[in-house]
Amino acid sequence: MIFKMEAAAFYSFSILAIASALFILFSRNLIYGAFALFLAFLGVAALYVLAGADFLAVTQIMVYVGGILVLLIFGIMLTQKANNNTVSDTPNKVEVLPSREIAGFLAGSGLFLFLGYIILDARFAMQGEVISSNSTIRTIGVELMTSHLLPFEIAAILLLVALVGAAYLALNRNPAQ
Amino acid sequence: MNTIPLEHYLFVAAALFCIGLAITITKRHFIGMLLGIELMLNAVNINLIAFSRYDPEKLSGQLFALFVIVVAAAEVTVALAIILRVFGHYNTVDPDKVSDLKK
Repeated sequence: MIFKMEAAAFYSFSILAIASALFILFSRNLIYGAFALFLAFLGVAALYVLAGADFLAVTQIMVYVGGILVLLIFGIMLTQKANNNTVSDTPNKVEVLPSREIAGFLAGSGLFLFLGYIILDARFAMQGEVISSNSTIRTIGVELMTSHLLPFEIAAILLLVALVGAAYLALNRNPAQ
Repeated sequence: MNTIPLEHYLFVAAALFCIGLAITITKRHFIGMLLGIELMLNAVNINLIAFSRYDPEKLSGQLFALFVIVVAAAEVTVALAIILRVFGHYNTVDPDKVSDLKK
């Protein structure tokens, strides 16, 4: 019974994530695409929970939905064309070349067939036992502070560098004036 | 113990990755391409976390996914700053039109 509930949750959230990803692909309006990406991120976070990664799921929602998506929507708003006087009935429209569409479809479906063949062909020999229902926060904290301390510090430096660089790049919009 | 098979996670991740790749190729808009890249990074994280299910003592996959999230956050901020700068310079967000080093 519990397995059935888990399977139902897994498949419904997978369908949610994939359907919203397909909506981004076929939508011509970029703002709608950004909101569909919100749904896709939520579906992926639910998949993390079902795979026993509770801390990662919360991090996903906080970083992606709270930070990256808001930043992307800001980017869409800040890159509007200011020079068209007529109010367009289809704002944020993205043109798509037919040749590009064919190339994207071929690349995506070809890679999917390739990956599907690999997944079906592979025989994964799993040694450890499946994760128990305990929280992963303790393990992640201990591992981050012991065996993964150097990547942790490098990540801190990377975030600082990205912060300073992004602020410098975005602040000085027009150096000629 | 009866749980979701690993292959199903891998199939969902492969589908999301391929859709992200198609978005990145298809959209003629810098931010549309960023949406596709974010989707691809998420798909990779699903793979890492699905494999990390079988590694409860060390959770290497989850730690790797955490660093992927950190790098994705850094990447998107810098990319957006560059996009805003390019938009201020060329007044377009079409990657095909930004083909000159200097206007």
